[in-house]
Amino acid sequence: MANLDIVKPENLVYQRTKVLTDATMHYCPGCGHGTTHRCVAEVIEELGIQDKTVGVAPVGCSVLAYNYFDVDFQEAAHGRAPALATAVKRLNPELSVFTYQGDGDLAAIGTAETIHAANRGENITMIFVNNGIYGMTGGQMAPTTLVGMRSATTPYGRCVERNGYPLRITELLATLPGTYYVTRQSVHTPAAVRKAKAAIKKAFEFQQQGKGLCFVEIVSNCNSGWKMTPVQANKWMEENMFPNYPIGDIKVDGKIAEGIDVNRLVLDHALEVVTK
Amino acid sequence: MAKDLKLMKGNEAIARAMIASGCDGYFGYPITPQSEVMETLMAEKPWETTGMVVLQAESEVASINMVYGGAATGKKVATSSSSPGISLMQEGMTYLAGAEIPCVVVNVMRGGPGLGTIQPSQSDYFQSTKGGGHGDYQLYTLAPASVQEMYDFVFDAWDIAFKYRNPVLILSDGAIGQCMEKLYTRDDVPRWTEEERRANAPWATWGKPATRNHNIVTSLELDSAKQEIFNHKLQAKYAEMKEKEVRYEMLNCEDAEYIIVAYGSSSRIAMKAMQMAREKGIKVGLFRLITLFPFPTKQLAEVAAKVKGILCVEMSAGQMIEDVKLATECKVPVEHFGRFGGIIPTPGEVLKALEEKIVK
Repeated sequence: MANLDIVKPENLVYQRTKVLTDATMHYCPGCGHGTTHRCVAEVIEELGIQDKTVGVAPVGCSVLAYNYFDVDFQEAAHGRAPALATAVKRLNPELSVFTYQGDGDLAAIGTAETIHAANRGENITMIFVNNGIYGMTGGQMAPTTLVGMRSATTPYGRCVERNGYPLRITELLATLPGTYYVTRQSVHTPAAVRKAKAAIKKAFEFQQQGKGLCFVEIVSNCNSGWKMTPVQANKWMEENMFPNYPIGDIKVDGKIAEGIDVNRLVLDHALEVVTK
Repeated sequence: MAKDLKLMKGNEAIARAMIASGCDGYFGYPITPQSEVMETLMAEKPWETTGMVVLQAESEVASINMVYGGAATGKKVATSSSSPGISLMQEGMTYLAGAEIPCVVVNVMRGGPGLGTIQPSQSDYFQSTKGGGHGDYQLYTLAPASVQEMYDFVFDAWDIAFKYRNPVLILSDGAIGQCMEKLYTRDDVPRWTEEERRANAPWATWGKPATRNHNIVTSLELDSAKQEIFNHKLQAKYAEMKEKEVRYEMLNCEDAEYIIVAYGSSSRIAMKAMQMAREKGIKVGLFRLITLFPFPTKQLAEVAAKVKGILCVEMSAGQMIEDVKLATECKVPVEHFGRFGGIIPTPGEVLKALEEKIVK
């Protein structure tokens, strides 16, 4: 049987969601951004809100996210996406509004905008891709870079005395009364992708219900910045990122999720030392 | 609010004009001497009447970016601040200009640099007209000289902002913001309907219908060749503003042998100084700038050709004077007189400077 014989509509089991455009993504092979984009886009399609969604793109690797989503999009200055999204939603409450940001954007330069949008309980969805590094600018230390982890600006490993601690902003946001749903997911295996997509869907549905700020962290890799193959990067992520950034729901229905140690939210710092 | 005669502060006039002119949203942060703008809005509760959104942000950085987000949905959005806060907004201003987002920003200037003083100043002229942020861009800059103009210029600002898809800056100062004067209000302009918003801002992000491509509001262009073309487009827009949107006022310039050039509260003081000079037989005229960008280059040059000297009066160390010298090509003596750091000059000081530096 020739390959073409099976290319028939009735044999179709998967196709790109219409909420993604035809544009070729610029992301490195192995990067989690493409998969995360797809999850968000599929959720928008499934909820039937393509014509009622406005996204806000960050500065960082996903700066061009607006080219890939076939929804109206705004490009923010570095870190300011939650401020833009605040106004979009307040002035257009009928829209579904989401930000898509990386760790440098959301947890360093945009910390104030992130915390205050969350603390006001803005009724928006925030997608936070944490790869522990500044990818686009060439792999410099991010607020989320692990202790001991090497980067372009911590060539001998992140050292607490010089660089301070990794910031677990997701745990921090979960302690604020304005957040309704806070979760940490990954997209490195098919099972993880399904869970991440389900979480993203909830984060959009809760917004439609007016519940408050919903925050989905995706712990991701940066094989280019980490100087690894995609397979090595995923393995390294599981071994080093996940212990410091544990996967799972942190806040559900406005309450700290079952099984979450509150001390972890407010006291523990990500001190696990890694070497690379 | 029907057309009516009121007595109010300049800052209050700004707030009331925003409500009356159909503004959809205001985002701000407290700073002296302009805090009455947001205080008035919060007290008026326009969300219960016109539906206008008013939000106190966590910083001026957030305020201006809220303006970006809100205005990029094609709605009429404004903010206000004073000099140090406006400095914080400069990042947002260049993004707004680069993404061609219409909006209104009010600066009630105080003395600087740094934290400076809380008293009136005009030392943000360079920041306002020479691009306070990075990149080749211009803000359409209106300089009110009365509480009435604080009110009226808000209405005018929306027209210019949406006509040119460009941020408009209303550059006031602590004197105009804090003083109380009489004011004729205008008939209310209703907020735009959904249809009007979409017609007036077809480029904006209000949810992509199946009938059009997705709208993207961005100031990013990685291809430098395209970015240069875009820069030419911006420059053409600014050139059109220079051609069509210059505003100024001339008083007693017909027979004047000398003129004073000033704007905002300085022009009010200069007006009194001009009267005092006229009483002494010195033929002085006043050329008042209403738009600082576009600068009335051609018009000022025509007046300058007929006089013996020009005194620039500003509450700064001499900023506007650079544009006056460029406009007049220094064909007549151009001198500066200014008080700064929050000090307002008296008409007597201006007259003395005129006699010493220009009339001689």
